[in-house]
Amino acid sequence: MQKVCGSAAEALEGVLFDGMTIAAGGFGLCGIPELLIAAIRDAGVKDLTVASNNAGVDDFGLGLLLQTRQVRKMISSYVGENAEFMRQYLSGELELEFNPQGTLAERMRAGGAGIPGFYTRTGVGTVIAEGKEHKEFDGETYILERGIVADLSIVKAWKGDAQGNLVYRKTARNFNPPAATCGKICVAEVEEIVPVGSLDPDMIHTPGIYVHRIIQGKHEKRIEQRTVRAA
Amino acid sequence: MAWDRHKMAARAAQELEDGMYVNLGIGIPTLVSNYIPEGIDVTLQSENGMLGMGPFPTEDEIDPDLINAGKQTITELDRTSYFDSATSFAMIRGGKIAMAILGAMEVAENGDLANWMIPGKLVKGMGGAMDLVAGVRRVVVVMDHTNKAGESKVLKSCTLPLTGKGVVNRIITNLGVLDVVGGGLKIVETADGVTEDDIRAATEATIVN
Repeated sequence: MQKVCGSAAEALEGVLFDGMTIAAGGFGLCGIPELLIAAIRDAGVKDLTVASNNAGVDDFGLGLLLQTRQVRKMISSYVGENAEFMRQYLSGELELEFNPQGTLAERMRAGGAGIPGFYTRTGVGTVIAEGKEHKEFDGETYILERGIVADLSIVKAWKGDAQGNLVYRKTARNFNPPAATCGKICVAEVEEIVPVGSLDPDMIHTPGIYVHRIIQGKHEKRIEQRTVRAA
Repeated sequence: MAWDRHKMAARAAQELEDGMYVNLGIGIPTLVSNYIPEGIDVTLQSENGMLGMGPFPTEDEIDPDLINAGKQTITELDRTSYFDSATSFAMIRGGKIAMAILGAMEVAENGDLANWMIPGKLVKGMGGAMDLVAGVRRVVVVMDHTNKAGESKVLKSCTLPLTGKGVVNRIITNLGVLDVVGGGLKIVETADGVTEDDIRAATEATIVN
């Protein structure tokens, strides 16, 4: 069982196919699997359904796959930073399923945990609830949402080891842990692969059982809104 | 004379109580953190996975792995904890957050809130707003009372797609403070130089006494 791969292209070998569903970690441009996204672009696989909180920006992150028209459908909570996305969506070229952010995170968590659906109050009385089963519990109305099981999940962590154990850093954790669990195959990219045994077992965020392949690489880590105060 | 956005934020900060866990939305609500009253200790939640959000960084402190829900660079505090998005929304949906202060496009007299899309024009998405209004114990909206055309944003019923139904408790606008009560809205405070009649004239919603 060799999980460590030499490159993003090698890590994705044999797992990509047209029409597949991919779950991606990241929030905005923070903690996105930027190396794997670029490799998916280079592989040219198309008609993708991508579950990701955001869609990157025009020239970085998932925006790269929109530019090349490889994405057929996005499942996201917020896409406001991507003009090309908006253009493709408003012209009907791209399908979009809006999910409330917490519903999307829970759909990934549930899918990875063997839970096919769950009831939530989020979205009751809004367009999100249309066509979904409603059920009352203790006098409150809830809607049924489905777990997501993706063909592939791609995540970015800070450090990992050859066993696939992952540690994230600060708010770059975000959707990565739930996304990692919901893929039939999970490929992780990290800033540094460290020797097995050097990560504190009590501090591992994603246990290696969820991670099938892992690569190390240099990350751009682009900042979306650089806000500062005077020193 | 009405309140400007900083005065609205300062007024919203008066809603904070000692020990509260609070989520602040994007825009004017973000400014609320500049006006937390002396002696009131609150912990700010950022729904991308952080409790204990600190101020914006200095140039030297900028860290691409540390942002708020508006994707702005921020800093951590001694009390800070980080967690994943599913855990973040578990605490929101689970009613652990005492208050959310959010912006809005429209609010209705029954507490309906619309703040996420304008069909055919603006399609950005709801982000975490639907989860917040469904799960947080108290929802305070901060927004201008009227739109650029001078039309009321405080309505009998919302015209835009809803973020949540019957979820708003209090509205703070440039003209004053209104509470959602049975049968309509109740004026609880007027802004500097604004009369109750000014608020009535700028409000489409039913005002009750």
